[in-house]
Amino acid sequence: MDHTGVRFLLDGELVDLPQVDPAATLLDHLRYTLRRTGTKEGCAEGDCGACTVLVGSLEEDGTSVAWRAVNSCIQFLPMLNGKALTTVESLKGHDGALCPVQDVMAANGSSQCGFCTPGFVMSLHGRSIGAKGCELPVADVIAGNLCRCTGYGPILEAGEGLAPAHVDDAAVVDALAGIAGQGASGEWQGRRWFAPRTSDELAGLLAAHPEARLVAGATDVGLWVTKGLRTPGTMIFLGDIADLSRIEERDGALTLGAAVRYADAHAALARLHPELGELVRRIGGLQVRNAGTIGGNIANGSPIGDGPPALIALGAELTLRSISGRRTIPLEDYFLAYGSQDLRPGEFVEAVRIPRPAADTVIHIAKLSRRFDSDISAVCGAFALQVQDGIVTGARVAFGGMAATPRRAAACEAALCGKAFDEATLAAAAEALGHDFDPLTDVRGSASYRIAAAGNLLRRLWLREQGVRISVLEVEA
Amino acid sequence: MAERDPAWKVLPKPSRPHDSARLHVTGEARYADDVHEPAGMLHLAFGQSSEARARIVSMDLAEVRKSPGVIAVFTAADIPGANDVAPVAGDDQLLADGEVACHGQALFLVAATSQRAARVAARLGRIEYERLAPAITIADARAAGSHIEPAQRMARGDAATALEGAAHRLQGRFAMGGQDHFYLEGQVAVATPGEDGQVHVLSSTQHPSEVQHLIAHMLQLSSADVTVEVRRMGGAFGGKETQAALFAAAAALAAHRTGRPAKFRCDRDDDMVMTGKRHEFEVGYDVGFNADGRLQGLSLHLASRCGASVDLSPAINDRAMFHSDNCYYVPDVEVVSERLKTNTVSATAFRGFGGPQGMLAIERVIDHVAAHLGLDPLDVRMANLYGPGRDTTPYGMEVADNVAPQIIARLRATSRYDERARAVAAFNVASPVLKKGIALTPVKFGISFTTTHLNQAGALVHVYADGSIQVNHGGTEMGQGLHVKIAQVVADVFSVSPDLVRITSTRTDKVPNTSATAASSGADLNGMAAYNAAMTIRERLCAFLSRAYAVGESEVHFTPGGVLVGGQTLAFGQVARKAHIGRISLSSTGYYATPGIEYDRSVFKGRPFYYFAYGAAVSEVVIDTLTGEHRVLAVDILHDVGRSLNPAIDMGQIEGGFIQGQGWLTSEELVYDAKGRLLTHSPATYKIPTASDRPGHFTIELWDGENVEPTINRSKAVGEPPFMLAISVFSALNRAVAAAAPGRRTIPPLDAPATPERVLCAIAAHGAGE
Repeated sequence: MDHTGVRFLLDGELVDLPQVDPAATLLDHLRYTLRRTGTKEGCAEGDCGACTVLVGSLEEDGTSVAWRAVNSCIQFLPMLNGKALTTVESLKGHDGALCPVQDVMAANGSSQCGFCTPGFVMSLHGRSIGAKGCELPVADVIAGNLCRCTGYGPILEAGEGLAPAHVDDAAVVDALAGIAGQGASGEWQGRRWFAPRTSDELAGLLAAHPEARLVAGATDVGLWVTKGLRTPGTMIFLGDIADLSRIEERDGALTLGAAVRYADAHAALARLHPELGELVRRIGGLQVRNAGTIGGNIANGSPIGDGPPALIALGAELTLRSISGRRTIPLEDYFLAYGSQDLRPGEFVEAVRIPRPAADTVIHIAKLSRRFDSDISAVCGAFALQVQDGIVTGARVAFGGMAATPRRAAACEAALCGKAFDEATLAAAAEALGHDFDPLTDVRGSASYRIAAAGNLLRRLWLREQGVRISVLEVEA
Repeated sequence: MAERDPAWKVLPKPSRPHDSARLHVTGEARYADDVHEPAGMLHLAFGQSSEARARIVSMDLAEVRKSPGVIAVFTAADIPGANDVAPVAGDDQLLADGEVACHGQALFLVAATSQRAARVAARLGRIEYERLAPAITIADARAAGSHIEPAQRMARGDAATALEGAAHRLQGRFAMGGQDHFYLEGQVAVATPGEDGQVHVLSSTQHPSEVQHLIAHMLQLSSADVTVEVRRMGGAFGGKETQAALFAAAAALAAHRTGRPAKFRCDRDDDMVMTGKRHEFEVGYDVGFNADGRLQGLSLHLASRCGASVDLSPAINDRAMFHSDNCYYVPDVEVVSERLKTNTVSATAFRGFGGPQGMLAIERVIDHVAAHLGLDPLDVRMANLYGPGRDTTPYGMEVADNVAPQIIARLRATSRYDERARAVAAFNVASPVLKKGIALTPVKFGISFTTTHLNQAGALVHVYADGSIQVNHGGTEMGQGLHVKIAQVVADVFSVSPDLVRITSTRTDKVPNTSATAASSGADLNGMAAYNAAMTIRERLCAFLSRAYAVGESEVHFTPGGVLVGGQTLAFGQVARKAHIGRISLSSTGYYATPGIEYDRSVFKGRPFYYFAYGAAVSEVVIDTLTGEHRVLAVDILHDVGRSLNPAIDMGQIEGGFIQGQGWLTSEELVYDAKGRLLTHSPATYKIPTASDRPGHFTIELWDGENVEPTINRSKAVGEPPFMLAISVFSALNRAVAAAAPGRRTIPPLDAPATPERVLCAIAAHGAGE
C-alpha cells in the first residue's frame, strides 16, 4: 500500500491522520475530535439522516468531483481516505451569509426543533449541486432524512424551490489529485486495515488475511460496530477498487462490479425493467444507496435483502473470485442457509451479471413493507414469466422474507410452466407457494400475512396484465 | 390579560420564523451534547435488565469494573437519598433495587472515560435472576388483577336503560397501539459538580423543575443546591416530560460521587427500550342510537397498558375519558377506564396525553353506527354534535365556545367533501384492486392541565439600560416555537421589535417551581406570565415618565416609532437609560394562574378545562386490497388557534401534529415478544412517516375566530389538538377497507395502527363476514 493512514480534505484543508482506528466513525470524529457539532447523531445506524454529510471523490476522468450524501454515523474513517468532505459548517460563507438551501429553509419554517435540520440541509444542498442520485424528486432525495416535527411540507417546499447551484470544484479537484489514487493501509492497536486499489490486490490481501472483514459501504458492518459494539479485526475497504466499481451494459446483459453502489446502478437497473428501478428507489434512503453496494447486499446473505430476489428472478449470475481464479454460479446457489453462503476462504464476490429480459417476459417485482420509503420488506417477490402464444414457457419466481435465504419458488414455478397464462394458472401458482415456503412470524410481518400477500402478488400480476390499476403509488385524489 | 390595552388590537400577530431558525440551518444551535466537553468528562451507560419481571438474586459486576476505561460503577446502594425518578408516585427507581419490573430497566450505572467504554462495560454484568411470571399484555394484566389504580368511572344519566330503550344497538371492540416519540435528539444530560455539593445539570427535559427536585431528593440536597438548565430540545412530544429524569439523575449521581463532570447520552436503541411510550388501548363499546344515527346511550370501556409504574398514567387515562365525547353529546353515558399494570416500560405522556385514544374510541363508535345504518359517517357526526340544549359534557362542563359545527360546515364545503365522497364511490365501483376512502373528523380538545394546580407559570423580564430585553420563563423550547411567541408578546408590550428580545435558556435558578411544558399550555401560561412581568415594568416606566415629564400617565404611549411622552418621542433605549438613572427597577417577575378552573376527580365533575380548541380534517386514502398497502392522498384541515400568536409557527404545529398522528395510526407499530422485549427499538424497524408519506394534496387553513376566554392575545393552544385530526386517516382507511365488501353493513375489524398487514387482514375478515 502506498500510504499509511487516512488523508481527506475538509473545506479544502488537508486532514492527515497517520494513525486511525479503522472502526472509528466519521460522525464521532467530526463531533468529538474536530468539534464540528453541527452534524448530529439521531440513530447511529444510518436510518435517520441527521448525520448526513457530502463526500466527494475524484471522478475517473480526474477532472470533476462526484459528491455523495452519506450517513456519517456509519462511515469508517478509512473510507474517507482520498476524499473531500463537506459538512453543514462548510456551507455558510465567510461573511456569515447563508447558502441558498440554508437561507430558504430558515425563512420557510423548515425547522422546528432543528435537530434533523443539518441533515436535510446537506441532502438538499447535495441536490442543488448535482450530487449523485439527486436527479430524483425532492421527496426521494430526502427519504433517508427523518423529521418528527414539521410533517415535511416546509422542507419539501424549500427543496422544490431551489435553483441548481454551481460550485467551483477546481481547487478540490487539484487537491484530491494529490491524495487520491493511492491505496492506503494502517494499523491500530494490533488491528490492520487495507484500502486496496485493484481486485488483484484484493485477491492477494484476502489470501494473506482470509479472516479479514470486507467493508464496502458499511451499511451493515457499520451497525456491528455502533450497535453490536463489536471490534472488527483486520478490515479491507473496497471503496477504492476501480475495477469492482464498473457498470457494463453489453452483450444483452448488465454486469455490475461488486462495489457498485446502489445509487450508481439505479439507472442501469431501471433500464432492465422499470419495476426493478422502482425497487432500487425504495432500498434505503439515498444516503444508504450512496454507500451500500450490490455486492455487499448479496454477500452479507440477508434473508430479506431486497436486491437478490429480483436479481434471482431475472437469472443473475454471480462471479466469485480468489487468488486462485474465478467461478460463476447462479445467484440463487450462493445462498446456502441462514447465515451461510457459498463463499470459500479467500474468495470474494466480484460481479453480478444480469441478462436483459427477453421482450416476451412478463415481469412483476414487488416490495411489501410497513412504509414505502427507507424500509426493509416483509415480503419481496419477483416474477419473470416467459409467455408465448398464451402459454407460460418459462418461469422464475423468487422471494425474500419468506425463508431463511432469498430463494426461488420451485413449486410455484412448476405450477406455471407449460400452463396457459390465465387467471386459473396464476391462482394455482399462488396456491403452490404454500409448498415452497413456510415463512416465519417476526417483527416485519406474520407468517400468515407473508403467505397471503405473496400469493396475492400473482393475482396482482395477472390483473395488471389485464390493464387493471394495481399500484397505490399511481393514484391521486 | 383581563385588562387589555385598548391600543393593542386583538389581531393575529405577524408570522416570524423560529428564533433559532438560522442556528438550526447552520448547525450552530447547541443541544446538550454539543456543548464543549471539559477535560475529565465521564461518559455513562446503564446495565439493563434482560428480564421483564424478576427478583435480582445477585449482581456480579467484577467484569464491568475491570473493563478498560471504567472509572466507577454504581448500584442502588450508592444512591445517597431517594432511589426515585418518578413524577408522582415514587415508584420509578433510578437503579433497580431487589426486583426488576420491565425488560431494559436500569440495574447499574457505568462511568467511563469514553462513551463506547461505558457501553461495552455495561454489557458485562453477570446478573442472577429469579424469574417471576410477567404480565406483558393487557389480557395478562387483567388475568393477574394487576392495575396501577382502581378503574375510574365517569357517567351521566343511565346508560344501561338508554341502551335498552334505543331503537338500534351495537357492540364492538377494537385496539390501538402505542407510539414511540422518536424525538430526533435522544435522551441526554450533562451534570457538572459545583462547590459545596452543588450540581448543575444540562438536561434535555420538558420539566426542569421536576428534574431539579428529583435530583435534590436523590442526592439529599436542597432544591437550592441543584440547578437544571435547558436551552432547547431536539424534539420531545411528551417523551421528555418525565422520562428525562432517569438520565439526568444518573448524570447527577455520577458527578456527585466522582466530582467529575458526567454525560449521559443514551443510545437510540436503549432509549427506545428504556423510555415510555404512548399508552396502548383496548376499547369496548355498547351503543344505542336512533335511525338517524343520533346516540341515545353509550357504555364505553377503555383499557390501557400502563406499564410497570404509575408515571402519569392516572392523568393520561383521565384525559382519555374526558375526550371520549369528542364533539358529541350523548345524553346517557358511562365511561369506565381500566388502568393495567404490565411488565413493560412504563407508558407516559405523548402529544395528546390520552386524548387521542379517547377520541379515536368515540369516532370508531360513530363509524360503526354509520356503517350499520348505511349512512355517511359525516352525517352521523353532524347529528351528534354539541349544540344548544345539548351542550354539557359527561363531566359536567358546559361547552360554551362550541365552533365545531361551523368548522365542520365550512370544511365540508371548502374541501368539496360531498362531491369527493361521490367520486370515491364511483372510483371504487370501477376499481377491483384499489379502493379509496374519505372521511371528515372533528376535534375538540380541552386546554389546561387536568391536575389543576399545574396551571401556573412564572417569568422573569429584564430591561437593560441599552433598551435590550432579556426574558426568561418557565417554559422549555422543544421546537414548538414557544420562545419566539413569547418574545413577540414581550416586544408588543413595549412596542419594540422582537429582535430586541433575547430569550435565554430555561433555568430553575431564574424561574422556580415551574410546571412541565406540556398539555399544549406553554404559550398560554408562560406567555401570560411574561406579559405580566413586562407590564409591571411598563407601568413603572409610565409612572416614571409621567413624573419626569409632568404629564398624565395616559399621555405616555409605547408605539412602534418610540415612546410618546409630553409631545416628545423617545427611543425605547433612551427611556430605559433615563429610567435607570432615575433609579427605576427594570426587572420584574411575572406570574399567572389560569382562572376559573376547578375539578373534583372523586366524582369526575367540574370544569377541568379553561377552554376548548377545535379543528376538523378531511382525509382521502387509497388501499391495495391484495397487499394492504395504502397511501394518504389528500388532506384538508381547518383548525382553530384563536387569534394566532404566530400563524407560521401554528401552521407548522398543525402539519407536524397531523403527520405524527398519521404515523401513529398507520406505520408506527410497537412489537413486543412474549418475554416483554420490545422488538421495534430502532428506526430500522419502527417506522415514522417519511417525506413521501405526506399527502400530495395538503391544505391547512386557520379558523378566524378568537378565544372567548381572555388568553394571551385571545389565542388558543396548538401543540396537541392537531395530532387528533389524523383520526380522519384511520376513519378513511376503514371506509376503504369496507369498500372491498360493499354489501356489508358493519365496520371492518381494523385495529390501529393500520399497517398493510392489518389492512389485508381486515379485508379478509370483513369480506368473510366476521
